[in-house]
Amino acid sequence: MRKLILSALVAAGLTGASGAALASGGGEPLMKPEFSFNGFFGQYDKAQLKRGFELFHQVCSNCHGLRLVAYRNLEAVGLTADEIKTIAAERDIDDVPNDEGIVSKRAGRPSDKYIGPFPNDQAAAAANGGALPPDLSLMAKARVGGPNYIYSLMLGFKDEAPEGHLVPDGKFFNVYFPGNNISMPPQLMEDLVTYSDGTAATPEQMALDISAFLNWTAEPELDVRKSMGLKVLVFLAVFTALLYALKRQIWKNVH
Amino acid sequence: MADSATHAQPSSTDGQTRRDFLLYATTAVGAVGTAAALWPFVHSMNPAADTLALSTTDVDLAAIQPGQAVTVVWQGKPVFVRYRTEAEIAQAAQDDSAHLRDPQKDADRVTKPEWLVVIGVCTHLGCVPLGQKPADPKGEFNGWFCPCHGSHYDTSGRIRKGPAPLNLPVPKYAFTTDTTIRIG
Amino acid sequence: MSGFQTNNKVVSWLDQRLPIFSMLHHSGIEYPTPRNLNYWWNFGSLAGFILVVMILTGIFLVMNYSSHTSLAFDSVERIMRDVNYGWLIRYLHMNGASMFFILVYIHIFRNLYYGSYKSPREVLWWIGIIIFLSMMGTAFMGYVLPWGQMSFWGATVITNLFSAFPIVGDPIVTLLWGGFAVDNPTLNRFFSLHYLLPFVILGLVVVHVWALHTVRSNNPLGVEIKTQADTIPFHPYYTIKDLFGIGVFLMFYCAFVFWAPNFFGEPDNYIPANPMVTPPHIVPEWYFLPFYAILRAFTQDIWIISAKLQGVVAMFSAIIILFFLPWLDTSKVRSAKFRPWYRQFFWLFLVDCVVLGYVGGKPAEEPLVTIGQIATAYYFAHFLIIMPLLGKIEKPKALPASISAPVLKEKA
Repeated sequence: MRKLILSALVAAGLTGASGAALASGGGEPLMKPEFSFNGFFGQYDKAQLKRGFELFHQVCSNCHGLRLVAYRNLEAVGLTADEIKTIAAERDIDDVPNDEGIVSKRAGRPSDKYIGPFPNDQAAAAANGGALPPDLSLMAKARVGGPNYIYSLMLGFKDEAPEGHLVPDGKFFNVYFPGNNISMPPQLMEDLVTYSDGTAATPEQMALDISAFLNWTAEPELDVRKSMGLKVLVFLAVFTALLYALKRQIWKNVH
Repeated sequence: MADSATHAQPSSTDGQTRRDFLLYATTAVGAVGTAAALWPFVHSMNPAADTLALSTTDVDLAAIQPGQAVTVVWQGKPVFVRYRTEAEIAQAAQDDSAHLRDPQKDADRVTKPEWLVVIGVCTHLGCVPLGQKPADPKGEFNGWFCPCHGSHYDTSGRIRKGPAPLNLPVPKYAFTTDTTIRIG
Repeated sequence: MSGFQTNNKVVSWLDQRLPIFSMLHHSGIEYPTPRNLNYWWNFGSLAGFILVVMILTGIFLVMNYSSHTSLAFDSVERIMRDVNYGWLIRYLHMNGASMFFILVYIHIFRNLYYGSYKSPREVLWWIGIIIFLSMMGTAFMGYVLPWGQMSFWGATVITNLFSAFPIVGDPIVTLLWGGFAVDNPTLNRFFSLHYLLPFVILGLVVVHVWALHTVRSNNPLGVEIKTQADTIPFHPYYTIKDLFGIGVFLMFYCAFVFWAPNFFGEPDNYIPANPMVTPPHIVPEWYFLPFYAILRAFTQDIWIISAKLQGVVAMFSAIIILFFLPWLDTSKVRSAKFRPWYRQFFWLFLVDCVVLGYVGGKPAEEPLVTIGQIATAYYFAHFLIIMPLLGKIEKPKALPASISAPVLKEKA
């Protein structure tokens, strides 16, 4: 039996691998927008992160969770302590049992993790026709292409599937989704949200903002990491040069 | 490292000086680098961001009756909140002039006289004193009694007898409304 | 051990009772090292350095890690997000594993090129292989700890390898799992062993160095040390050279840690483990890929031996065969510098290993399956046919009289 499982696993892995190779964009190479955090010196654009959060909070969070991000973390996208408190209190979660053992609801606090739209995965799947909307905290790290994949996916919906491709009921055709049939309907309509900074909410702008925001949720340390890396590398270059000079000095008479 | 490096090979005094300088410079830079590299490891043992985020606790006082006490958790430690009776307040004020190991006026330890808020950790070696529940022993001074090594605290949480050196500390707290306090 | 002298009374008192200073002096300072070692000889000390980095970062990671299936993934993410510098420590550890294998592979190929495994260094070589095997076990179990999809399915597939053995296979797999599938008991024992094995490796490294200092270092010429003119003391010459190597290596390592920390990883491991769903593309970490290709090269049952068993046996044999290399290689000459034919076959073998690695990371489709099978056959042919024959038929170039001879000739 176990052998069966293994061969099934290996078979699934291998055929799946070939599938994934093709489907990592349904054959279509991902779009590669210019993100502010690309490259050696690239850092997050705080205003963009805030727009991305506004979009996530108003739209995405109706189906998707963000369970690894705490409300207090939103300070990094430019929200004030009071705004964070208000946003945290929008949804309720279970309190600890009181003295009588009764569990009641309490409003979220800044120290809580972002409260998802559904109490559990089963409820989430049931409310979405059996397809579980994945948690988005790590999406930018959990997909090949990361933010490029999210950007491409958001803009990759096509009203008409190519001839011969069957899109089942309740699914939508997306050029970049593995297998092309995605359960999420197209989202980014013109002016879907009104950005607080007045930026025009075009689909491209929103795709860019949400991809940047979700990259931040996956890699909140990116800014610190790159700037620290720069210092470390400069230090190591100096230190290694000194070591090399010393090595030359010491070995002078050997060769 | 320095001495064996220098006697490893004979060379001119000039070259010697230059090499010594290089050796000291490299050693100094290496020492700074090593120290800097160790800091992240040491700092990783300090409280993490999620731990620090839980550093305040709100307590609702409305349901507490005079003479009653509740224990709440703040930063992983028990905090005693006692609704003191008139007699207890009077006793605490009167004891201001008693011989105290850690002299403090009762008025300096409370925001509102009827509410005493102290960290419920014995200042001797960290046990939690008894005295919160009606049936608990409250010690000789009607406050708290630590069963570990026999320290007695009074109705202001001051150390009166036993090995503990200091009064039960008063955490930073503020009344956010008439009937709620925020500790921390 | 005569070289150590001190005027310090305390040191002298202690040294007479426990000759620790003599020992350190003997093996870390006066150790007579061939004067002609090139930079390929840096990789041993570099591997030792990264082992220390791995143990250090690992110890601090454990302070915030929870080895329970319901907590492991989130505890790692807490390290990444909330623990002070947790992301740095974890990325150092994660990329350190890949660095360790890069360094050790270079160390092994340097050894193959210069024939360092030959008499009298067979035991030194064996200990090296055992270190390599322990590293593979440690790396595999460490990869399971974050309890992502790749952790779970990697653990499932690799433990299932043992089911290939007839009769004992299934009970062994159940024993490894501590249950009927990879689950919490599996995670806990892997954690325990992942913490233990690095210290075993550390002990093996001490033995490795002990054996090295007994038989002395090989060198690019492959001729033994004959006179004192052939050697220089380890300190300061090789201490500074090794330190310089560490500086260069750190820059390479940090480039990944700070700018491409997930370069060696798989995106799927950022999805929490789900025993009900296998990710579409499961591959082992890159350092296992050549062996993975050998595992998959066998597709036909032969008589009663299943293709699966053949693959598993071949994969283990690919490493076991290294133990016999000192005898499979019949040439008396060590360094490829003086073996014109072997030098070509060395590069062919290196290319073969790269091809195996490439095939191992790709889906099993034609023509890759056939290429993998040919590369697997060549891997074994290299050891079983080419190495024994080459020693008999190859005409090596004239060896220099001593290590210092060519140096002196150049000067003249």
